[in-house]
Amino acid sequence: MTSAVTLPKHGGTGGRTAVAARARQVVKAYGSGETRVVALDHVDVDIARGRFTAIMGPSGSGKSTLMHCLAGLDTVTSGQIYLDETEITGLKDKKLTRLRRDRIGFIFQAFNLLPTLNALENITLPMDIAGRKPDRPWLERVVETVGLAERLKHRPTQLSGGQQQRVAVARALAARPEIIFGDEPTGNLDSRAGAEVLGFLRRSVDDLGQTIVMVTHDPVAASYADRVLYLADGRIVDEMHQPTAEQVLDRMKDFDARGRTS
Amino acid sequence: MTVLKTSLRNFLAHKGRMALSAVAVLLSVAFVCGTLVFTDTMSTTFDKLFAATASDVTVSAKDASDGGETTSDNGKPPVVPASVLADVRDVEGVESAEGALHSTSLTVVDGDKESLSPTSGGPTIVGNWTANDARTMEITSGAAPEGPEQIMVDADTADKHGLELGDEIGVISVVGTHTAKISGIADWSVTNPGAALFFLDTKTAQQVLIGESGVFTNVNATAADGVSDAQLKKDVTAALGGDYKVLTAQESAEAGQKDVEGFMSVMKYAMLGFAGIAFLVGIFLIINTFSMLVAQRTREIGLMRAIGSSRKQVNRSVLIEALLLGVVAAVVGLLTGVGIGAGLRALMGTFEATVPAGPLVVTPGTVATAFAVGVLITMLAAWLPGRRAAKIPPVAAMNSVHAGATTKSLVLRNTLGALFSGAGVAVVLAATTMDGSDGQVPMALGAVLLIIGVFILTPLLSRPLIAAAAPVLRFFGTPGKLARQNAVRNPRRTAATASALMIGLTLITGMTVVAGSLQNAIDKMAASAIRADYVVSMANGNWLSPDVARTLERSDGVTASSPLRNAPARFDGQTVFLTGVDGSSIGELTDFPVRDGAFEVAGTRIVVDHGTAGDHGWKVGSDFTLTHENGGKQELTVAGIYEGNEMFRGIMLDLAALAPHQPDPIDMQVMVKTSGGASDAAKDRLVEALGTNPAIKVQDKKDISNELASMFTLILNMVYGLLAMAVLVAVLGVVNTLAMSVFERSQEIGMLRAIGLDRGGVKRMVRLESLVISLFGGVLGIGLGVFFGWAAGELVGSRMATYELVLPWGRMAVFLLLAGVVGVLAALWPARRAARLNMLQAIKAE
Repeated sequence: MTSAVTLPKHGGTGGRTAVAARARQVVKAYGSGETRVVALDHVDVDIARGRFTAIMGPSGSGKSTLMHCLAGLDTVTSGQIYLDETEITGLKDKKLTRLRRDRIGFIFQAFNLLPTLNALENITLPMDIAGRKPDRPWLERVVETVGLAERLKHRPTQLSGGQQQRVAVARALAARPEIIFGDEPTGNLDSRAGAEVLGFLRRSVDDLGQTIVMVTHDPVAASYADRVLYLADGRIVDEMHQPTAEQVLDRMKDFDARGRTS
Repeated sequence: MTVLKTSLRNFLAHKGRMALSAVAVLLSVAFVCGTLVFTDTMSTTFDKLFAATASDVTVSAKDASDGGETTSDNGKPPVVPASVLADVRDVEGVESAEGALHSTSLTVVDGDKESLSPTSGGPTIVGNWTANDARTMEITSGAAPEGPEQIMVDADTADKHGLELGDEIGVISVVGTHTAKISGIADWSVTNPGAALFFLDTKTAQQVLIGESGVFTNVNATAADGVSDAQLKKDVTAALGGDYKVLTAQESAEAGQKDVEGFMSVMKYAMLGFAGIAFLVGIFLIINTFSMLVAQRTREIGLMRAIGSSRKQVNRSVLIEALLLGVVAAVVGLLTGVGIGAGLRALMGTFEATVPAGPLVVTPGTVATAFAVGVLITMLAAWLPGRRAAKIPPVAAMNSVHAGATTKSLVLRNTLGALFSGAGVAVVLAATTMDGSDGQVPMALGAVLLIIGVFILTPLLSRPLIAAAAPVLRFFGTPGKLARQNAVRNPRRTAATASALMIGLTLITGMTVVAGSLQNAIDKMAASAIRADYVVSMANGNWLSPDVARTLERSDGVTASSPLRNAPARFDGQTVFLTGVDGSSIGELTDFPVRDGAFEVAGTRIVVDHGTAGDHGWKVGSDFTLTHENGGKQELTVAGIYEGNEMFRGIMLDLAALAPHQPDPIDMQVMVKTSGGASDAAKDRLVEALGTNPAIKVQDKKDISNELASMFTLILNMVYGLLAMAVLVAVLGVVNTLAMSVFERSQEIGMLRAIGLDRGGVKRMVRLESLVISLFGGVLGIGLGVFFGWAAGELVGSRMATYELVLPWGRMAVFLLLAGVVGVLAALWPARRAARLNMLQAIKAE
């Protein structure tokens, strides 16, 4: 339980457990009585360290809710969530905020960047908030990896959608979080820009040992992952390792058909 | 119809923001209505009172004021001879007539020499007890005064000062001091207008007030049955000839009304001042609100246009929203105004002013004004945003990009602003080189131009000024940095918000600078021109009896003294200031720079100030003939020309030469020099020599400057009342802007929260933004205020040699602090809201 105060020194690698985050019997329900809707229904899941995990499922399956709960953005109704050895369920807002700031990275579908800050300032924002100095060599390596060295002084409005998302990826990587969560990070991009961003995510796992969890509904995006989890009606119903886009698509069709007949 | 429906829906959808703007409009409406309700109520009750107290026809001296008492140049009320009473009695149609005497030019004290005057500023009236008084007052204890030993007092004054039958009362007037014992107490049967009343018998009143028998201030006639007041007036006028003023009861009442209005006008104008500032700032607030609403609904309006709404319809829908807002604000404002009217009456009551009770009067005019003001102001302010809304193209509906604020070039705006500001500065600077009153109009014009110019330029100014705050904000880390950037993100909005604060602070700073500098100048003037140790004058500003000068002259320890004797005179058909002084000692008591000749006042040799000399072309050695008040002519020779100032000017003539032309001398002041200089002992000796009379004040230079200071403080405090109003409305403006900013940036805030900015950080960010905007407005306002204060001072300084700019640094620091407090207060609610934002919804919301 010492890891709650230990800053990760190497992007997700090191002598820690093989599980970066886990959920135990997590229930997330909205409303009560007749209007009660269960978004997550006793979910158990382990996120492997240094791996790229995709979460898929039809709309309303609870995939985004699961990610939000794992990332400490949302509270659970019951059950526990651990980040490494730290239980985050039940943490007060202040501690949770600090945990997100120091140990988790985020890439959202849109609105990742502050328009008033230039690309570099956006990348170092979490560290600025924490009052930490960025690790220069690491920062340079991240910037180089995502290919933004030429555009660091540009404002978000001067960048293309793909470039903006690459800045967001760089921001998530720069603070060396234990885990990065992506919520449809390529949802707003055309296929070429999307492929570019996914390529960077893949490389950050392979080259930098980063742990990434990504929610998506795009089979092509999911095919970049090491492992795909399928959610339906708030439960994990299936998983797939080393998937290809075709396999993912087929499985999805399968679910759709089952969903219609059941 | 659809337009109306969408307007109504939009209006209701933005209740919160509408409420903020409505408060600004509401405040202005409320102040206007409050003023109207209050003055209407007061005049209606006073109307009744005057109608009750005035006799059918009143005859008074030609130069008496219409409303009642006045003081002529001899310090006494103007009178009519007793023969008038006899003549009026002989007029056909007169049932009865009696002579009345009233004077307000006096001081009344109790046995301990404490003043019995009303503290509310109401008059102190001493008169004879007449049948006319008996109609509105009732003797509740004791009896009406008879003989010189007796005096009657009104019940309210008796209550207030704990006076009882047999207590000693002193009446001090130019004639002298008269003491009598209370013989009776009379209570009003109608509402007391707030005066302190004392009654003597007729003979005593004549001696005490006028100093001669057989005169009255008024003759009150009552008409016989069947004779109208107008007819009676005609007959009385015919009998007396045109030498007297004859008024019917109604005319007297109207005249009395006018006096009351004068008395209330200060309050009225102060209130309308509040309303004016609330208006001005309210307009900014409304423009801002509607601009934001339009920006926020860009896509929605685009959709309306795409599915076929015309520009006119879009424009109209915005104006209808403004109309709704105006109507709501006017209704609530009217109700609040009635409350303010009632509150004012109660407030005046607590200041010991007896305020007539009676129903509140809300005239149709008041209601109409409320609606005109509320609705017109709102619609006028919404007109510009409405036009902007109409220009939104249909394609805006399809635009998936979050419709941010237009980043239209500021080039045109800046050019225009620079032109206005430049012209304003040029005109103001030109005006400062002009002489006194000539410069007033250009200066006011320049000031308006400059304020408009700066207002247009505020978006441009916001960047460098806010950037200057960066070093301080850096101290607050990331929230500070983000706050600074957010503050300059929408320069127009920041500018409009800061301008609301700027206007109030400009006014206040300007006033403070001028008042402080003026006070300093007058202080110095008094200090440099007065060599006397003490100046003796009447505490209530009335004339001094010449006895005072005589007494002082003979007192122990007085080495030199001179009265400043008021002697109106005419030269060439024009009134000139003529002051009688003791020629042998005036040189020791005053110290004026002599421009030409010698400061010599003896016999018919006089000194005159350079201004008056210049007006009449007098030089040293010039001879001229003066006409005195009694018609006597006197040839005088100019011995010297001195440099006059605002406190002393005109001709100084030796008392001995003046005496034959002034049967009834009265003094403004007496200047005294004592052997050991000013000291507590010397002052005590003088006070004792004058009979320890509270009506007479003995002041050294320091007392005079303290008195001046308290006068300026009073004026400034009234101005600061205005500040409170402006600040209140400005707070609403800042709240409005911040609420909008938080709303627009909810996604960003959600993202910041997600990546690790805690609630405290979000709050700090919003608060600092607010602080930055407010301080920006504060700095602009204080800067402009100092400039205007300096410029106005240059104008005043052209006439006042001792004037120099005094910058009230302490006060200015307080004003800036106040701007900061505004910022912090205004941010309370928006910051809380930002911190409570649900980050998941915020990120997802589009």
